[in-house]
Amino acid sequence: MLVASNLQKEYPSGTGTLAVLKHVSFSIPQGSLVAIVGPSGSGKTTLLGLLAGLDVPSSGTVSLDGVMLNKLTEDERARLRGEKVGFIFQTFQLIPTLTAVENVQVPLELRGDDGASERATSLLERVGLADRMDHFPSQLSGGEQQRVAIARAFANSPKILFADEPTGNLDGVTGARIVELLESLNRSSGSTVVLVTHDMGLAERADRLIRLRDGEVVEDRSKGSDAPPLPVLPAGVIAR
Amino acid sequence: MMRRWRFIAGLAWRESRTARRRLLLFMSSISLGVGALVAIDSTADNVRSAVRSQARGVMGGDVTFSSDNRFPDSIRALIDSIGAAGEVTVGTSVTFTSMAYAARTQNTRLSQVRAVGPTYPPFGDVTSEPAGQWPVLQSRQTALVSPGTLIALDAHIGDTLSIGFAQFEIVGTTNSVPGDPGLASAIGPRVFIAEKYVASTQLLGFGSRASFETIVRLPAGVQSPKWVAPFRPRFQDVHIRVRTVVQQEQNMTDAIARLADFLGIVGMIALLLGGIGVASGVSAFVNRKVDIVAVLRCIGATGPQVLAIYVTQAALMGLAGAAIGAVIGVAIQFALPLAFANALPLDITVSVVPRAIGLGLAIGVWVALIFSLRPLLALRRVSPLQALRHDAAALDRARMRDIPSYLVNAGLVASVIALAVSRSNSPQRGLLVAGGIGVALVLLWTSAASLSYVARKIAAHRLPYLLKQGVANLYRPANQTRSVVLALGFGAFLVSTLYLVQTNLLAQFKISSDAARGNLVFFDIQDDQRSAIDSVMTASGETSLGATPIVTMRIQKINGLTTEEWAAAHGMSARHWSLRREYRSTYRDTMVATEKLVQGKWFGAATDDLPELSLEMDVATELSVALGDTVTWDVQGVPVSARLTSIREVNWGRFEPNFFAVLQPRALRDAPKMFVLVAAVSSDTVIARIQRDVVTRYPNVSSVDLSLVRRTVTEIVGRITVAVRFLALFSFAMAVPVLFSAVAATRRDRLREGVLLKTLGATRSQIGRILLAEYSLLGALGALTGMVLSFGGAWALVTFVFDGTFAPALLPAFVIAFVMMTLAMAIGMSTGREVFRETPMAALRES
Repeated sequence: MLVASNLQKEYPSGTGTLAVLKHVSFSIPQGSLVAIVGPSGSGKTTLLGLLAGLDVPSSGTVSLDGVMLNKLTEDERARLRGEKVGFIFQTFQLIPTLTAVENVQVPLELRGDDGASERATSLLERVGLADRMDHFPSQLSGGEQQRVAIARAFANSPKILFADEPTGNLDGVTGARIVELLESLNRSSGSTVVLVTHDMGLAERADRLIRLRDGEVVEDRSKGSDAPPLPVLPAGVIAR
Repeated sequence: MMRRWRFIAGLAWRESRTARRRLLLFMSSISLGVGALVAIDSTADNVRSAVRSQARGVMGGDVTFSSDNRFPDSIRALIDSIGAAGEVTVGTSVTFTSMAYAARTQNTRLSQVRAVGPTYPPFGDVTSEPAGQWPVLQSRQTALVSPGTLIALDAHIGDTLSIGFAQFEIVGTTNSVPGDPGLASAIGPRVFIAEKYVASTQLLGFGSRASFETIVRLPAGVQSPKWVAPFRPRFQDVHIRVRTVVQQEQNMTDAIARLADFLGIVGMIALLLGGIGVASGVSAFVNRKVDIVAVLRCIGATGPQVLAIYVTQAALMGLAGAAIGAVIGVAIQFALPLAFANALPLDITVSVVPRAIGLGLAIGVWVALIFSLRPLLALRRVSPLQALRHDAAALDRARMRDIPSYLVNAGLVASVIALAVSRSNSPQRGLLVAGGIGVALVLLWTSAASLSYVARKIAAHRLPYLLKQGVANLYRPANQTRSVVLALGFGAFLVSTLYLVQTNLLAQFKISSDAARGNLVFFDIQDDQRSAIDSVMTASGETSLGATPIVTMRIQKINGLTTEEWAAAHGMSARHWSLRREYRSTYRDTMVATEKLVQGKWFGAATDDLPELSLEMDVATELSVALGDTVTWDVQGVPVSARLTSIREVNWGRFEPNFFAVLQPRALRDAPKMFVLVAAVSSDTVIARIQRDVVTRYPNVSSVDLSLVRRTVTEIVGRITVAVRFLALFSFAMAVPVLFSAVAATRRDRLREGVLLKTLGATRSQIGRILLAEYSLLGALGALTGMVLSFGGAWALVTFVFDGTFAPALLPAFVIAFVMMTLAMAIGMSTGREVFRETPMAALRES
């Protein structure tokens, strides 16, 4: 379960402050596939950063699997990510100096897990890259790189996986395959998947859609529901 | 836990794959510094081992007794009784200088003659060519000469050699003689004869200078200091010097240690310059790793884990850089004895010294780590958000000050101090060196900051666009002003200091040899031989420039106190050299060009009855005397008192007769004396003819051809020049990777800016001019600041280490500054070349 409560994020701007997120609250049950959408500058990436513990909110809290992120230090949040969180980025963010299999091994090695190599090999086989294991990122296509990134994200069997525009740098066909792969892994592993995307086609495949505009949640609906966009929620109220 | 760190080490190794070459290039900045330290320490160790095993051979025995006077009968009786005991072997020798004259070639040369007794040397074997000629010296009137003597006289084996009034047949040349260092024969010709024939030379009469020596070989297992202790006072009471093989070993070791200290400090400064290169290079490396670190942070890496990954990489590459340095050091160690084979009185066995290599590696890795740690520390604080949203200023924020960064800075300062102290022969000198380095770095930093400030002011004015861009690069974010000025300035400082020290030391030699009034000096002239030698000169159409009288004397009393009482009253040792030495003094009314009055008034001002005395300032300090004190001299048995009325500074470097003590003529006019005569002779052939004429008529008179001395000095100076130039070139070679590293720190920013400008329509020449403006200003400031600092460094070295007078040599310093500036421009402009090679798309994608 991921719970965001009354999240606010402000940045200093000139003489004042710029509020990028305003009183955002919601909770995401384990195993769901949630899409966060919104125009550029609406606060999607900032929200993702806060939910994943990459950044700290100006106010409000995030609880991940019962752990309040704001009570942890930077290194404790890193350890928590190593144990419970997976990431997929628009620009893949593979480590260029490591081969595909080594990239997948990294989260396991950071935890000191035995059998990192075997698990990484198995994951790459599952994403269809059995024959590309020893290739460096620069030797792989965009789609292949993203599949390696997905394998890496699932390496530590995360409770929750954050994907920032996972198809943003891919052509339509490749993007669709990546989404299918994500859905399949989501179903088989039971991980929660939080997607940030511009791609409404992709967003519509999610179980739930949260729309942001100007740092506020303007719509929060589940698949199949015809509910109208939600109004701005008062502080402290958890959506749904 | 261990497993986790093992994984991290593995990850560090794999992650370094593409960066190893670059990282190794940065780390190579320390290679030459490590090489210098390994070479110096290994060579010093080899020489020390040679000293330990060969000191007895170098000395020719275990204990030597020596004096400038013949040993008194009582002492000779004592030595005879020691020898008669049968447990020890005693060898004797007398050494004096004399003109050697080869009758066949009619050539003369001032030589050092060593007349040896039958059991000399008591330890070690003499090797000669042909072999086995040493005993022949004792059987008939023969001589063995050093190979250089044969060449100097154009003589060969079988020729007759005149020494004073005696003739000797040359029966061979010596290869090595224990007790006679090889270096001595490299400097002057050596002649060996038997002691029993000394009388026939008639050279050791009144006033002659000779050194009488007895060498004792002790049975195995007897400690020389212990053995000699009971005899020491009796010998010293009659001014006989006592030296044991242990002291000999100590003296030789000390000399080596002093040389190793000086070179070690140069090597250490070179290593610190390398450290600056490492810090700059690792900064560039860190810039490239921000995105990867952000991803690692996203997927669970903690700050300490990230730091561990990159510190492991730096340590491994530092080890590689240091290992390359160690290999260079060992190569230099093996090459050094080839270059200085004749300069050492020892056979050096070159062997690898694991301790020196280990120490070099450890210091190298430590310097690489401590200098890397400062930039690497920023990686701990890279935000994982960077993976989602790139922020160009994130690294600057990550570099903010915190407790670990203060600790690293403190570790850096402590390391520099520890290195300086460990490489110096005293903690005080180490602290001074560290302080000097600190001042140099602070001044370089300040001048770089000032340049940024001035650039900001200048750029605000109307300037041509391209120049304005170049100037603006000096203060904009991600500018490289500090790193380049620091690296370049410190490099220029090191090279220029070495060169200025060399120029100053050699200038003193040059002044000495050029400024000497004459080119031919005769000495040991008896009173009655003066006019005859003048007439030899006149017959050759030459005139003498004057004769200087020399009177030998010792101090008997000061202010009525005996030397022992004076020593006790002034906290001096009763055996202090200044109180016990034989002074060779002169008398005259006027001062000479090599002297400068520093206290009191020259002769004639006093109204005292006592004759006036002038002392050289150092000896006056050693004696603890002041103006107005009365010194009573023992002038060959006659007491002569004189009042100290002036103190002089003397330039000893000039080839002219100079004296510790000068007295008014009335004090010494009637004393037994010798003369030194200086002449300016028109050509080498006339010099040779006059020398020949004088030596055949007056064999006791020695002469020195100063033009020959000058040539020898020039040759020695040439060797020193080559050695120092090698050091300077070595430092210059170090500056290249350091500068590359400094420029690399901002290479990506420059590349991106250049490509953006190109995309916007800038031509190759326009981008080139922007870079030229930036790098020429950086180069000029760094090189000139380094040059100014080098005047301070060289002044300190020349004044305090070499005891000389510093004169700034502007031209060479400017030439070095210009070369360093050109180097900075060349390295900087090479970035421009990459701008043109890179396509805009590639660079923009990379950014």
